[in-house]
Amino acid sequence: MMVLLNILIVLILPFLMIGIIRKTKAFWGGRYGASIFQPLYDFIKLIKKDYVISDTTSFLFKIAPLISFTTVLIAAVFVPLITGNAIINIQSGLIIFAYLLALNKFFSLLGAMDTGSSFEGMGASREACFTTIVEPAFFMIIASAMALSGNFTFDALSKIGENSGSYGALIIIFATLALFLMVLIEGCRVPVDDPATHLELTMIHEVMILDNSGPDLALITWASGIKMLLITSLIAKIIIPVGSPFYALYYLLTIFVVSVIIGTIESSMARIRMSHIFEFIFIMTSFALVVMSLTVARVFGG
Amino acid sequence: MNWDNTNWLRVKNCEKVNLNDIQALDIDDLRCEIISMCNVKGLRPVGFFGKDWGMGQVKLFVILGDDNKNNSDGEFYVTSSLFKAGIKSYECITNEVPSFYNFEREFFEEFKIKPLNHPWLKPLRQNQKDYPFFKMEGEDIHEVAVGPIHAGIIEPGHFRFMCNGENVYHLEIALGYQHKGVEKLMVKAPSNQLIESVAGDSVIAYSLAYSNLMESMKGISVSNKAQLIRLLALEMERAAIHIGDLGAISGDIAYLMGASVFGATRTLVINTMLEFSGSRFGRGLITLGGVNFDIDEAKAQRALNTLDKVEIDVSRMVKTMLKNSTVMSRLEKTGTISKERAQESGLVGMAARASGVNLDTRFDYPNKWIKELGLKKCNFEGTGDVNSRFRLRYEEIIQSISTIRKIFEKLKSFKNEPVNSGYEVLNKENSKDAFIISATEGWRGEIIHIALSDNKGNLTRYKIKDPSFNNWYGLALAVRNNGVSDFPLCNKSFNLSYSGFDL
Repeated sequence: MMVLLNILIVLILPFLMIGIIRKTKAFWGGRYGASIFQPLYDFIKLIKKDYVISDTTSFLFKIAPLISFTTVLIAAVFVPLITGNAIINIQSGLIIFAYLLALNKFFSLLGAMDTGSSFEGMGASREACFTTIVEPAFFMIIASAMALSGNFTFDALSKIGENSGSYGALIIIFATLALFLMVLIEGCRVPVDDPATHLELTMIHEVMILDNSGPDLALITWASGIKMLLITSLIAKIIIPVGSPFYALYYLLTIFVVSVIIGTIESSMARIRMSHIFEFIFIMTSFALVVMSLTVARVFGG
Repeated sequence: MNWDNTNWLRVKNCEKVNLNDIQALDIDDLRCEIISMCNVKGLRPVGFFGKDWGMGQVKLFVILGDDNKNNSDGEFYVTSSLFKAGIKSYECITNEVPSFYNFEREFFEEFKIKPLNHPWLKPLRQNQKDYPFFKMEGEDIHEVAVGPIHAGIIEPGHFRFMCNGENVYHLEIALGYQHKGVEKLMVKAPSNQLIESVAGDSVIAYSLAYSNLMESMKGISVSNKAQLIRLLALEMERAAIHIGDLGAISGDIAYLMGASVFGATRTLVINTMLEFSGSRFGRGLITLGGVNFDIDEAKAQRALNTLDKVEIDVSRMVKTMLKNSTVMSRLEKTGTISKERAQESGLVGMAARASGVNLDTRFDYPNKWIKELGLKKCNFEGTGDVNSRFRLRYEEIIQSISTIRKIFEKLKSFKNEPVNSGYEVLNKENSKDAFIISATEGWRGEIIHIALSDNKGNLTRYKIKDPSFNNWYGLALAVRNNGVSDFPLCNKSFNLSYSGFDL
């Protein structure tokens, strides 16, 4: 039952999240906007289509979307979703999660570079560059969670509060903020990337998938949706109290609120200049540093 | 200034002169004249084109613009030079006056008369095969080729970037994919319909430039009312396109609110135009001898109400954007062209004004209405970055809307005039051996139309210069040392015409 529920969540929620973000943007833009199910319809449409594959690509281009999608799907198995428990709850699940995401990134970069297009190479270099800075910040947070709880599974996240005494609130707030920024960065949302643009030269994630079509494109959009959902699920795991009887409800609420906040941010600010994105990512790093230093103070300082 | 220089014929905007009054100089003398006129007296090239003069000969016409510098109306200086059959080269002018760069390329492409020692002689419009792109070599340099087919629904043009990482060292723009021989068509079958379709975003400006020219050539008079309606349409077009471009700039920096508000207000303006003329872009409004549609009291009042709303919405949005730090961080110091560079490369119109070069043919070569309506050149101190172009567009929108209000006020006193003088038979007597320059300030900048006719009164040459002809090179300069991801933003801030360039 729990497994089925999780699968359903992974199947539907990523699209709903994107749908809600778009609906929020439409609201701020004074439009009605498409139904929140539109991303799902688009997905179904793409799945039914045929491939168009460039002559300059090799087998890498064909397997890359599949592998990067699979890695995200496997990562979803380790993450506690709506029930508050992961399908597979093992030691070091957090680290496996982080590296599965890295593997996903690696294959999407390979797929992009395999096309030989100057755009996609450019996009790949941008994506690789920004990911490299995001990763340390993420590890600072999960290391802090593990240190605080002495637990190496995802349950570590939910125990941050109860084990950190008077620093609890601060750690939770900063960890949540850092993870929220990670959603924006990994989910390729404004102000880091603009998912709505058609301008190849300004894209980061979108430009990497210019050559993908049909089911490949469907899998890629699904995968990036799942990625956003998974990171948001980490936020849910941190802020929802352990053993709450309404975990599922709170979980859905978190997803909804995060989506609306993302939509509002996208409506109210311009995208940052490419050369300033590093500074934006370093905000996440500095939040993570705060989390880590508070943890160090708590664990070693008493 | 040496006004007695008989080598040049002084012509006012839309003034008909006899073709035979134009001096024919020796090309070396002409070159010296041009260099001294431009570099010493500060004139700028407006026209530099050839005409087939029979028996393998080519006549080169040169027109320099003397912009209103001493509070007197500006004038054009015209002269010519005859290339006898077999003479296939001359010493180039670009090295001395850089703004002749594209003009000489165009002349070379059309008549195969080579400007010697030209710094960068390349085809201007026939770029599709083996175009010699500028190359930079090195480990760190990579080329990014964009177009001619783009991701958005825009016109075709090829852009070649030389980048070091995210930094653009050089951009080369190769156009000509839409060359359709407009100038030749204009000689065969001149019409408002044809000229309106040269650049779809400057319908009114093109149609107006053409009508002014033909009316002057044929001696057709236009009623005051029709003249005012034309001016009104021109300002409506300026406001509409500027608002649309503010929206496009907002869209490029992913500022959704701006894109939505400007998109909606632009629609209000063009829908008003729809009410006036049956076309959102004003096609079919202007015709020889006047305009096709009258604007009655009720329509005028509705238009005024709409414009009030537009002014409020646009002002509020622009002010919000200029206060938003993320927006300003994208606009400021992006795509900067200094005043010196702008002058040197001969930029015109809105882009030049944003850099502090105050060229505006509405005021430099004014018609009687500019003074009667009490219009003033808008004093804009710009630094030539995207932010300047953004703010200048806003200033011009506000100025256009206030001009439209004044025109509506003025229109009341010409209530009973006809909108069309209803000319029927073309009097060819009037248009014998004529040479006319017509300059109109479209939203993008000066649109120059030049017409020549033969001794039977038929058109023999129709030359068009769109502001994009001058300004594309400005865009290439603007993106140097900017991030390659800022190119679309720079591009939108200029929003140049491909079709108007390709002709």
